Amino acid sequence: MTFALAFALLAAQPVTAEPQHAAPQEDLSSVDWEKEFGVEKKVVDPVTGELPVDPYTQDPANAGATPFAGDGMAKAFGGQEGIRKIVGRLVDLSESDPRIAEIFKNQDLVRLRRTLFEQVCYILDAGCTYTGRDMKTAHKDLGTTRADLNALVENLQQAMREAKVPFAAQNRLLAKLAPMDKDVVER
Amino acid sequence: MPKLSFKLNILAGLGLSLLTAPAAYADPLLDGGKLVLTNGISSIEGASGGGLASWATIAGMETDRGVGVSAHVTGIELSDYGWQSHGISVGIKDRLELSYARQNFDTRKVGAALGLGEGYRFNQDIFAAKVRLMGDTVYGSPLLPQISVGVQHKRSLDAAIVKAVGAAASEGTDFTASATKLFLSKSVLVNATARLTNANQFGLLGFGGANQTDRTLQFEGSVAYMLTPRLVVGGEYRTRPSNLAIAREDDAHDLFVAWAVTRNATVTAAYADVGSVATFDGQRGGLVSLQFAF
Ligand code: HEM
Repeated sequence: MTFALAFALLAAQPVTAEPQHAAPQEDLSSVDWEKEFGVEKKVVDPVTGELPVDPYTQDPANAGATPFAGDGMAKAFGGQEGIRKIVGRLVDLSESDPRIAEIFKNQDLVRLRRTLFEQVCYILDAGCTYTGRDMKTAHKDLGTTRADLNALVENLQQAMREAKVPFAAQNRLLAKLAPMDKDVVER
Repeated sequence: MPKLSFKLNILAGLGLSLLTAPAAYADPLLDGGKLVLTNGISSIEGASGGGLASWATIAGMETDRGVGVSAHVTGIELSDYGWQSHGISVGIKDRLELSYARQNFDTRKVGAALGLGEGYRFNQDIFAAKVRLMGDTVYGSPLLPQISVGVQHKRSLDAAIVKAVGAAASEGTDFTASATKLFLSKSVLVNATARLTNANQFGLLGFGGANQTDRTLQFEGSVAYMLTPRLVVGGEYRTRPSNLAIAREDDAHDLFVAWAVTRNATVTAAYADVGSVATFDGQRGGLVSLQFAF
């Protein structure tokens, strides 16, 4: 990273040298750099409060796991209300967990809370469908490691424990998530 | 023109920084990121695993980007004997485990009966290495366990005496192949290990004997149930060769409870039965082991 920064600084050097040239200067301060670089300005949707994402095909299979059958698991998690609380707690814990907080900065956590709720609710067969992206696409370029995943699992365990989900049921949900490790861990 | 060159320069810089890892900060050497208890406890031979069995686990709390260390001390009170062992291990990138353990076996009153003198101690050094070939105990397909192979080089420090009791050698090397998987849907961890060994009483009484000089294939099995993320109960079974002519050797088994008091300290208590040792039958009793891992 430090190397990359140094390279970036070196590469930018000629700019500081520009004033020595006699050529007329352009005032760079008035340039709309986002437009110059073709950066699309993301606008928060006034209804959902979410930022737009690149187009993708909606499919419950994007959740990355097949749902449980029957209502046993949904009940163990306190139904949709219980799941919403647990997912909310997981995001709160992770956002303030010094081990992984950095990864959640500048991300659309409104969308994350919704899609994560849908995913867990769908897998537990608690009456939802999953409308989010697949795990590989959703975690591209986040730079997550195995240690980050373990930290997230510990936060989920804490959230489920606080919600008094029986330990065996906690593990049954984790059993659905564990095979996704290759898709959510990037390095 | 200046705008364009500035833009190009920035793009070049960005390109370079994108080529390198997007890490916001460097990984610490001792990353300590492993899930609690997935490093196993320290077996009596120092390799990570259960108490009696060596597992496919890699010691230390590191993940695949760091280094971990652990240290342990174990005491066993048997009907007629006392056991004390201790050791250290290093885990590298959750891939390679290097360990050293020292075993001290106190013959107490039996020592006098065997003509060795009361309180005679058999001692042994064990240098071991284990490498994870594939799979993960927790993640990935539930059908693919974590698979490791290991080598344990054992050196009895009582060469003259182990040869006098009939051992063919005072040094030996065991080879192990282990598969370990936590079946999360059942909260059950299962381990199976195949061991090629000619050790008598783990090597404390030397290697090989009149009955059998060469290594034979032995089996170690463990089953554990997770009660909480930090509390596990289970049992183990380990078959052993009976190489010496003068004293029969039995299979060993145990029932254990392991508790991760903190992320870095695990206490294990067990009831262990190793059968007949040096003609004194029915050797069973309590095991306590303490492990610190980072
Ligand atoms: C098996 C484990 C995981 C599951 C089931 C999971 C699930 C999800 C879901 C459903 C989404 C939203 C998809 C969408 O927006 O369409 C998401 C996005 C995200 N996840 Fe995960 N995740 C896992 C592991 C992780 C880990 C280990 C981290 C980092 C510590 C992480 C950080 C994030 C972040 C920052 C986003 C937002 C990305 C964006 O908006 O571009 N996730 N995850």
